[in-house]
Amino acid sequence: MTPPATPVFSDLATAVCILFVFLVPLAAAGIALINTGLGRSRSAAHSMMTSLAVFAVAAVVFFICGFAFQGYAGGPGHVLRIAGKDWGWIGAQQFFLRGLRFDGSASSLVAWLQMLSVGLAAMIPLGSGGDRWKLGACCASSALLAGITYPIFAHWVWGGGWLAQLGANYGLGRGFVDAGGSGTIQVVGGLTALSIAWILGPRHGKYAVDGMPAAIPGHNAVLVLFGCLLSLLGWYGLNSAGAILFANADPKRCVLIAINTTLCAAAATLATAVVTRFRFGKPDASLCANGWIGGLVASSAAAPFLAPAAAVLIGMVAGALVALSVEWFELRFQVDDPGGAVSVHAVCGIWGLLALGICARMPDQALNGAIGNQSQWLAQVVGIATLLGFVLPLAYGLNWLLNRFFPQRVAVEGERQGLDLHELGAGAYPEFVTHTDDFLNR
Amino acid sequence: MKFAGLSLLSAGWLLVLAAIVLLSAAAPRAAFALAGCGVEALGLVLTVRAHFGGYGASE
Repeated sequence: MTPPATPVFSDLATAVCILFVFLVPLAAAGIALINTGLGRSRSAAHSMMTSLAVFAVAAVVFFICGFAFQGYAGGPGHVLRIAGKDWGWIGAQQFFLRGLRFDGSASSLVAWLQMLSVGLAAMIPLGSGGDRWKLGACCASSALLAGITYPIFAHWVWGGGWLAQLGANYGLGRGFVDAGGSGTIQVVGGLTALSIAWILGPRHGKYAVDGMPAAIPGHNAVLVLFGCLLSLLGWYGLNSAGAILFANADPKRCVLIAINTTLCAAAATLATAVVTRFRFGKPDASLCANGWIGGLVASSAAAPFLAPAAAVLIGMVAGALVALSVEWFELRFQVDDPGGAVSVHAVCGIWGLLALGICARMPDQALNGAIGNQSQWLAQVVGIATLLGFVLPLAYGLNWLLNRFFPQRVAVEGERQGLDLHELGAGAYPEFVTHTDDFLNR
Repeated sequence: MKFAGLSLLSAGWLLVLAAIVLLSAAAPRAAFALAGCGVEALGLVLTVRAHFGGYGASE
């Protein structure tokens, strides 16, 4: 097998890529606002503070060791030889970003984009652990994500690892393709969110003795919906920069990427609105916001390779999936996920990866060292199986171990008082009476 | 039971990998890989069920 070459970009591609990477933090800002708005008012400051803290921890840990484990296509890496084929399993860059040339080279752009992406992935579990997850535990869990879980999977997909090489090695299309991070960022974050929700358990008062859930509505729909609009800009950056860096997309293709991203989010929101209108009698604002983000998540994998009509179809399915899976997780699976992180990021991310295998029209040029179109769907299935069979047990195991030594859930008193006062000593809205006691027996 | 479920998830993944490495014909490879996904689905169901009802603190 010929190792994948490091791509060399034109000045135009480099300039466009830099411009789009500048937009990516807006996705993180949007997710932070959504998580905060969907949580309780007495934990609002804590939610924003933890968003900032986990982004910071993730960026620093990724700088220290994450990028060394992830690497980039064509960079140094450790390889296993299985049945005559090379399987790249982990990067072998130097720690602390040593050895990189910060001159707009492909490797430096990858390092920059990934530093932001890992921060975004680390913020996703905050949605499922809202109102009960200690600040210190959030940071420790984010360090594990940014130092171990994320870099390993990202190397397999974006660092020239074995998933990327499924096409060249085994004739599965162009290998596992995930241009904007539906799997590498969103599903990794979403499955970690599921692990956190399981380990923490539900909020006090969420489930009655008979297992019926109580509605604990978010405290600020305005924050949530504004976060959706900010996220759209962030996703333009994420999908476009990812397509240039990881799918060799021509910068002119960013127009198509932006159109597909918008259509996917729009169709998903409308689908969620229709489903909630029929199920509950009125469209649900928080679920529609989740639908919007679900559409963005589903668009990430395949946005450069879709016809606009296919993007609408993918968005509609993603929106319906969000509306239904939020209810399934809460009612049937007893997963208390205040921000809907599992449905939005894990379920829609998996759908986006699968949709690439079904709907994508791959370009004529080689990708991941392969040019074939046969069995692309199987390459996507192998990637999804890896997320469920490797990333989920790894994320669960790491957080379970962390919880054994450093309990991640706040004390009952802290949850009753609100995390703002309990952990930060001051509330987000000090001039208002913001809650009633919902610890009474229902 | 949750660790049995997580082990089944990993076992299903290994079946998918085995299908890719050991089989070259398209149909058996796809069938074997999908069977591995089925094992993963069983593992997911087991893990979900293992987390049911253990929430005394929530009552």
